[in-house]
Amino acid sequence: MSLLTIQNLHATVEDAGKAILHGLNLEVPAGQVHAIMGPNGAGKSTLGYTLAGREGYTVTGGDILLDGESILEAEADERARKGLFLAFQYPVELPGVNTAAFLRTAVNAHRAERGESELSALEFLKLARTEMKNLSMSEDFLTRSVNTGFSGGEKKRFEILQMALLQPKVAVLDETDSGLDIDALKIVAEGVNRLRAQNRAFLVITHYQRLLEYIKPDVVHILSAGKIVKSGGPELALQLEAEGYENLLNGAAA
Amino acid sequence: MPAEASTLQTLEDLGDTYRYGFVTDIESDTIPAGLTEDTVRFISAKKNEPVWLLDWRLKALKRWQNMTEPTWQKPDITPIDYQSISYYSAPKSMSDKPKSIDDIDPELRRTYEKLGIPLAEQEILAGVERPAGSKPMAVDAVFDSVSVATTFREELKKAGVIFCPISEAVREYPELVQKYLGSVVPQGDNFYAALNSAVFTDGSFVYIPEGVNCPMELSTYFRINERNTGQFERTLIIAEKGSYVSYLEGCTAPQRDENQLHAAVVELVAMEGAEIKYSTVQNWYPGDAEGKGGIYNFVTKRGACRGAHSKISWTQVETGSSITWKYPSCILEGDNSVGEFYSVALTRRKQQADTGTKMFHIGKNTRSVIISKGISADQGDNMYRGLVTIGPKAHGSRNFTQCDSLLIGDQCGAHTVPYIEVKNSTSTVEHEATTSKISDDQLFYCAQRGLSEQDAVSMIVNGFAKEVLQHLPMEFAVEAQKLLGISLEGSVG
Repeated sequence: MSLLTIQNLHATVEDAGKAILHGLNLEVPAGQVHAIMGPNGAGKSTLGYTLAGREGYTVTGGDILLDGESILEAEADERARKGLFLAFQYPVELPGVNTAAFLRTAVNAHRAERGESELSALEFLKLARTEMKNLSMSEDFLTRSVNTGFSGGEKKRFEILQMALLQPKVAVLDETDSGLDIDALKIVAEGVNRLRAQNRAFLVITHYQRLLEYIKPDVVHILSAGKIVKSGGPELALQLEAEGYENLLNGAAA
Repeated sequence: MPAEASTLQTLEDLGDTYRYGFVTDIESDTIPAGLTEDTVRFISAKKNEPVWLLDWRLKALKRWQNMTEPTWQKPDITPIDYQSISYYSAPKSMSDKPKSIDDIDPELRRTYEKLGIPLAEQEILAGVERPAGSKPMAVDAVFDSVSVATTFREELKKAGVIFCPISEAVREYPELVQKYLGSVVPQGDNFYAALNSAVFTDGSFVYIPEGVNCPMELSTYFRINERNTGQFERTLIIAEKGSYVSYLEGCTAPQRDENQLHAAVVELVAMEGAEIKYSTVQNWYPGDAEGKGGIYNFVTKRGACRGAHSKISWTQVETGSSITWKYPSCILEGDNSVGEFYSVALTRRKQQADTGTKMFHIGKNTRSVIISKGISADQGDNMYRGLVTIGPKAHGSRNFTQCDSLLIGDQCGAHTVPYIEVKNSTSTVEHEATTSKISDDQLFYCAQRGLSEQDAVSMIVNGFAKEVLQHLPMEFAVEAQKLLGISLEGSVG
């Protein structure tokens, strides 16, 4: 059973004033990690935003199913609560917004959706501490303002922390490796690997093969001009690294 | 921006979010509209005042009659007909002053219950858990022109603290009132202060004796109920040498189509080493979406740091009123005295706020801090206006000012007008200002974590206002956070 199904997806981006996705098909079964690679301008970030339901990213055809259910009509916050998580390439600063309060509100919004009771401040703190330890994050994170003054590595780790706390069905990682040094990359990858589970699917969007050395994908897809042009096993990423997009894509076309 | 358009629409759909707009159905003694010498004599007689105070009022009336309304403000004010306002209104049941809180008209008690203001001391003592480190709260409840109850007076008296309606203080502690009344805000200070001096009705009087750390938080809750009345309260707080007091005022009023005037005067006096912390959560009825109705909140608040090392700290959260026009100020006379002003002003729909502070540095090494956060949504308009003046003898003085504006939507306004005068060469003045918007990126980020738009905006706005809110007494910081969230319900940009 696929947790994420994308059927013939067409989408336009308001700010760009044009269509970016042109009939994209993709299935990510439960328990699997799929990687999406592609050159600049292929539509990688657009795919992430469109899945998450960002304003200004309009679906003009096709469908997106989360755990078998279409989410096209759902607002961004509803999609999140249904279990779709997007780790941002550029996490957004919220000055003055206490990180602990932010996380607890998010966790409780998800729990309410599932009909579970709210976590008290103390219960939440216990949970957060455990997850933070796993990501080698110091506790003073919780007292800071969300993403404000965080280093690049801290921001990415914070994204993974949120993913761990929110326990999504489908996690989309948008260029999580960008701006990370090798140590931070390892910590982030370990965080992701720890969350790999039979009831969860990952879609890892990346430019480079490097991240995939640490997060082993089951399937690699190549996105070009708004659709998947080639799919294969992990070896496809290595081939891409060796040959470059242009050669590989020309080869694919031939 | 798409998010902006859709959320401003949600805002309109939500309609009224003002939760205190009800009217208490109660019989009142309300005098006919109009202001003459007779009105002043009537009020003075009603309150059994000594002759000196009547004379003081009449002098103020004369001054007021020779003054004209100021016109330099930013807000656009529908002309006020001062002869169409009633200057005294009190619940009939208050004419024989109730002996105890239990004797108060049940309808009045219910009003305060609805407002969430506990008047029964037993309940407060037995009741809710307080945050660690916070003090219990004594309340003076002012309804239109009279104080209907003041709690914990006996308890406070044991510590030597006087907390009572000012009308009573005039009779019980005349020498104190006579000494300080008008000593910080002179009668002729401005048009509205003169008006208040002539017709003020009730308000709170606080006296903290030397060396006493007031054992409770003191608060006054102002409620306007009657139609076509104004509220003209007067508050006087005196903190003797080495004493400390934290005082908080809250305000609400019913929803009405016509504007109502609230012109208060607040005077604070801090002697050597004394500290007064004065907090306001102002939630007067703001008017409807078309700008109809709402309170005109024209208030003069000023504190004098008379003694060395004294400190006065103003914290205000202004979410209500159709027009807010006030500048809580500090006169830093004592050497090394400190003045602080922390403000959040939120305007939405057609609300207008022209607010800020004045810091007068007179003594040596005096310091002042001004943190002002303006939030404007819909067609709301926010003006920070402030004056920092450092006198020729105020050597080594310092001021730091920070004015931040947050805009929600594309029809609101934010303005910053700082006036700075420095008359010596050993002082330092800093001014910082920023203007920002809630970005689509921020809203999307929050939504992606499952937060509703409501929660996201409330969180971002509270984050913006945090530096100010943290100066409120703990329980009220929580209330104020909720208030900011509620006041902005549906409004995002």
